[in-house]
Amino acid sequence: MTELVTPSRAKRPEFRNINAFKDLPGYRWPLAALVSGMHRISGLIMFLLLPFIIWLFDTSLTSEYSYARFTSLFSVGVAGVPGGLFKLVALGLIWAYLHHIIAGLRHLWMDVSHDAVSKEFGRRSAIVTLVLSLGLTAVLGAKLFGLY
Amino acid sequence: MSVNYGSKRIVVGAHYGLRDWLVQRATGTLMVLFTLVVLIRVLATSGPLGYEGWAGIFAPQWMKFLTFSIIVALIWHVWVGMREIWMDYIKPVSVRLSLQVFTIVWLVGCAGWAIQVLWRL
Repeated sequence: MTELVTPSRAKRPEFRNINAFKDLPGYRWPLAALVSGMHRISGLIMFLLLPFIIWLFDTSLTSEYSYARFTSLFSVGVAGVPGGLFKLVALGLIWAYLHHIIAGLRHLWMDVSHDAVSKEFGRRSAIVTLVLSLGLTAVLGAKLFGLY
Repeated sequence: MSVNYGSKRIVVGAHYGLRDWLVQRATGTLMVLFTLVVLIRVLATSGPLGYEGWAGIFAPQWMKFLTFSIIVALIWHVWVGMREIWMDYIKPVSVRLSLQVFTIVWLVGCAGWAIQVLWRL
């Protein structure tokens, strides 16, 4: 509390009505905030692509014939859409899923451990989340694009 | 009347947000476990997966039972999450309500589709 009344401290900016163009670019994004924002964005992406995901589920499961269409989707594509684009979207979904699940487990950990509810743990676990999700995305992405 | 809001709120009471919070944790945990089940079954397949192996994972009745529950958990989870996004960023009531209705239509439609795929196997 005392630091709040220390007169030498510069007055912190106060936002009443955030303007996306004037205020947001100057926003500070600590890593925990970044992980939180990406958790929302990854969830939104998966929500919007849900019909696409279920279409993949459908074509991969319905029959031997549709399964063949499913696999050729990522090599030759379909209806003029190249296979590489499907691979890119799949990569985006892989990232979204990994980030969302790991950031979610981080939340669960904070729910059950009081020691985990600190600024320092928030920062460290945010780093772990980013390293794991981006690392695993890179590994699976390399497999997807046939690098190994 | 006794005070039952603020710090004196009743944990089991309605509209304190605890239910949504708990639903988000429970459904999320279920989906993590389901992911592990599918992953283990994929990895346990001998040789290349192929159509037989992939469809074989979802074909047993117990797996359909489980997957059906997970589809419900999924759309419930997404509903809580998306509603949170709309409530945080969309202020006009008419737009927010429209987006919430759109979310429900989107999710219920997707769930029906996924369930149909499952039981056609």
